[in-house]
Amino acid sequence: MMRVRLWLLGLLVSLVTLTSTEASTKQRLVIGVTQFPSTLNPLIDSMLIKSYILAMARRQISIIDHNWEPVCQLCTELATFENGRAKVFSIKDKYGRATGERGVKTRFTLKDELFWGDGTPVTTEDIFFTWQVGKHKETGVTNHQSFTDIIDIKVHDTKSFTIINKKLDYRYYALSGFNILPAHLEKDAFKEPRDYRKKTLYQTNPTHPGLYNGPYRITEIVSGSYIVLEQNEYWKGKTPGFKQIQVKTIEKTSALEANLLSGAIDYIAGEAGLSLDQAVSFEKRHSERYQVSYKPGLIYEHLDLMLDNPILSDLRVRKALIHSIDRTAISNRLFSGKQPVAHNKIHPLDWIHTNNIKKYSFDPQKARELLNDAGWNTTKAGFRYNSAGKKLQLELMSTAGNRSRELVEQVLQSYWKAVGIDIKIRNQPARVLFGETISKRKFTGLAMFAWLSAPESLPRTTLHSQSVPTKENNWSGQNYTGFKNQLMDQLIDSIEIELEKDKRKKLWGQLQRLYAEQLPAIPLYFRANSFIVPRWLKGIRPTGHMFTSTNWVEDWHVIK
Amino acid sequence: MIRFIINRTCQSLIILLVMSFFIYLILGLMPGDPIDLLVGSDPTISSGDLQRLKELYDIDKPVLERYLAWITNAVQGDFGYSRLFAQPVMDILSPRLFNSITLMGVSLALALLVAIPTGVYAATHPNSLLEKAINFLCFAGISIPPFWLALLFILLFSVLAGILPASGMQTIGDGSLIDRVHHMILPVATLSMATIAGYTRHVSASMTEVLQNDYIRTARAKGLLEKSVLWRHALKNALIPVVTIIALDFGSLFSGALITETMFSWLGMGKTIYDAIIGSDYNLALIGLLLATLLTLTANIMADIAYAMLDPRINYQKKN
Repeated sequence: MMRVRLWLLGLLVSLVTLTSTEASTKQRLVIGVTQFPSTLNPLIDSMLIKSYILAMARRQISIIDHNWEPVCQLCTELATFENGRAKVFSIKDKYGRATGERGVKTRFTLKDELFWGDGTPVTTEDIFFTWQVGKHKETGVTNHQSFTDIIDIKVHDTKSFTIINKKLDYRYYALSGFNILPAHLEKDAFKEPRDYRKKTLYQTNPTHPGLYNGPYRITEIVSGSYIVLEQNEYWKGKTPGFKQIQVKTIEKTSALEANLLSGAIDYIAGEAGLSLDQAVSFEKRHSERYQVSYKPGLIYEHLDLMLDNPILSDLRVRKALIHSIDRTAISNRLFSGKQPVAHNKIHPLDWIHTNNIKKYSFDPQKARELLNDAGWNTTKAGFRYNSAGKKLQLELMSTAGNRSRELVEQVLQSYWKAVGIDIKIRNQPARVLFGETISKRKFTGLAMFAWLSAPESLPRTTLHSQSVPTKENNWSGQNYTGFKNQLMDQLIDSIEIELEKDKRKKLWGQLQRLYAEQLPAIPLYFRANSFIVPRWLKGIRPTGHMFTSTNWVEDWHVIK
Repeated sequence: MIRFIINRTCQSLIILLVMSFFIYLILGLMPGDPIDLLVGSDPTISSGDLQRLKELYDIDKPVLERYLAWITNAVQGDFGYSRLFAQPVMDILSPRLFNSITLMGVSLALALLVAIPTGVYAATHPNSLLEKAINFLCFAGISIPPFWLALLFILLFSVLAGILPASGMQTIGDGSLIDRVHHMILPVATLSMATIAGYTRHVSASMTEVLQNDYIRTARAKGLLEKSVLWRHALKNALIPVVTIIALDFGSLFSGALITETMFSWLGMGKTIYDAIIGSDYNLALIGLLLATLLTLTANIMADIAYAMLDPRINYQKKN
C-alpha cells in the first residue's frame, strides 16, 4: 500500500513538473522558416530570411513601419527640410565652380542608451566605419552604390553626424539600408578589404554578443539548420516577451506543417513559410488552434510582355489580353480572395497609389473587338489568324514546379483560348528562367513572375528606356519588356528629384496612368504572405513590405 | 593484392581529375549566375553593383580560366570558398559528410542485417506463406516513394503518437548520443525501407540460383548440417552479386538521399550538393560531386577486394 502511495505521489509530482515545464517553455518561442541565411553580415548578400532574423538582433537607423511610413529605430528623428535637419547644397567641382547639380546634407542623432551586446555604446564611430566598409569596392557589400553616393560624413560628437550625399532625391530623409557595423569589433577584419567578407566576425564568430544591438542576440548557430537568439542584456528598450527564440529551417513546407502540428515548432513565419494555398488548407483544418492571417504585400505578380514581338507591340492586342481574363475570379477561386487584384504596379497601401487610372474589366466581347480591329479577324478551328495567314499564338513562361503559377497559367490559357488566342505554356526552372531567359530577354511572349519592391519604389530599372538589358550594356537593367516611352522616362527622372510630397504624388499619378494605358505588363495580383500563429501568441504584426514583422519582436508575448 | 590496390588508386585519382574538369565545365555552362539571382531578392540593387560583384567573385571570367585558378589552388589544399555559406568549402562539407556517413552507414547496416537473413529464408522456403508475404513487402518497399513514406512516418510517430521528433538532427541544447539516436530513427527507417526491399530480393534470387548448384547437393550428400550448407557454403557465393550492387549503390546512397535529408532537415551531402547546384555555388557543388565520385570509386575498390575474399578463385596478381 505504501508502495502504491509513493508511486501515486511520484506520478503527481511528474505531472506537476510537466505542466510547469510546459508553462515555462512558453518562455521560448520556436519559429519555423523555409530558408537559411548565407551570411549574417547585414551588408553582404541580400536575403529576406537574413533580414527577418537580424531584425530581432539588430536595429537600423530608420525603417518603414506598419503604416508604410519611414520611422526612426536608432535615430531620434528623421532628417527633413521641415525640421531643419536636411539642407540642399550646390555640388562644386574641384575648382570650386558650381556643377549645376545638387546634393543634400542630412543630420541625424543617435538615441541615448544604445549599446552593442558586449556593453560598448553605439556611436558615430560605428556610422563612419560602416561607410568606409560600404564604399570600398572590394568588401563585397551588396548596395555599394548607396554608400558611394555619400561624399562625406561629418561627425559632430559621439551621437550626432551629418551625411553629405551627392544625390538629392526624394528618399533623402531616411537611411534605410545603412546597416551599421560595430567598429570596435569589425575593424580588424577590414584591414584587408578584399578579405573582409571572409574575415568578418559575422562569419567567423557570429555568436559574439558585440555584433548585436537589438532586443536579442544570436547565441548559437548550426549552419543550414537553426539559429538560437537570447535576450540581449544591454538592450534598454521594451523587454521582450520571450527569453529565447529558436529559428529552425525546414525547407519542405509539408514537413514544416507536420513540425508545427507535432509541436516541434510554435509558429510558421509568414515571410518565409507556407504558400497561400497551403495556408488556406491548413486554416480549414486547424483554425481552432491556430490563427491564420494573410497580408498582401509588395510582391507584384504580373505578366511581362515582350514588346519586341510584333504581336505584342500592338497596344490593342495587349488590351485584348487583359480584357479577356477575369482576374477577380482567379483571385477568388484560386486564392480564396486573399490576393487582391492589381490594377497597376503600385500597391493600394502605398501612399502614392491612385485609383484614378484606367482599369480593365473582364470583357471578352471587347477583347474580340480589339483583336478584330488589330487585324486578327479570321478564325480557323477556334484560333485567330491575320490576313497574312499568321496564327495568333504566344508563348507563356513561368517558373517550373511552382504549383500556383502553373495553375494560373492553365486558367489564363483557357481564358485566352475563348477569344481565339493560342497560348503555348513553356516553363523553366527558376535559375534558368531568371538567370538566362528573362535577364537576357530571350522570352518571346509573356513571362509570369513577381517583383519585390519597397514603398514608394522608383521603377527606374524596370521602366526606364535606359534600363533595357542588352549585350552592349552587359545585360544590366530589368526593363525586360523593352518598354521605351519618353514621357515615362521624364516622369521617372522628375519624380526622383521632386522633394515636395504633393507634387510628387501628382507625378506618381501620371506615371500610374501611363503604365495602365500603355500596359508594358499585365498586372495580376499582389501576393500575400500567410502567418500561422498559435492562439496563445500575440503581438505579431505583418508589414507587407521588406521590413519584416521581427522589427517589433519585443512586442510578441504569450496571451495572459 | 597490394599492387592491385595501388593501381586502382592511381586510376581513381586520374578519374577524379578528369571528372573535376567536366563537372566544373558543366556547372560553369549552366545558365544564370549567383549574382544575377540576387536581383529577385533585392529591389534596390543597381546594375553597377551587380557588375562589381561579378568582378569581385570572378564570375565575369571565362570558365576555363576559373577552372585553372581553382585547380592551382586545389593542389595546394585550398578547395575554395562557398559563396552560399560564406565559409571554406571543406568547413561546410566535412560535418555534412560525417552526417551522411552516419545516416547511410546505419541505414546500410540495418538493411543488410534484415535483408540477408530474410532473403535466405525466402530462398529456402519457396512458395510458403511467409515467403509470399516477404515478396509482397519487398514490392511495396521498392514502390513506395520515400517522400510519401517520410511524411507518413512523421504523421504517425511525431504528430499523432508524439514519440519521435519530426525533423532535425538533435534537440537544440541537447546533442547527447541518445538524443541524436532518437532523431535518427525516422530518417533511417525511411532510407532503409527501399534498401531492405531491394537487397532482400537480390539475396533471395542469388541464393535460389546458388542452391541449385551441384556442390550444394554434394555438401548435403556429405551429411553437412543444413545451417552449415546455407551459411558457410551457399551464402558466400550468393553474396558476390549483392556486393556488386552495394558498391554501385554507394555513391548514390551518399549523394542521393536528398529527399530524406530535406524531409527530416538532415544536414547531409545530398541536400548540400543540390543546394550548391541550384544556388550556383560552383566550389561547393564541385567538391561535393567529387566527394561522391571518390566514394563510388572507393566502394568499387572495396567490392573488388571483397570478391577476392569471398571467392578464392579470384586472383588479382598478374599472370606470368
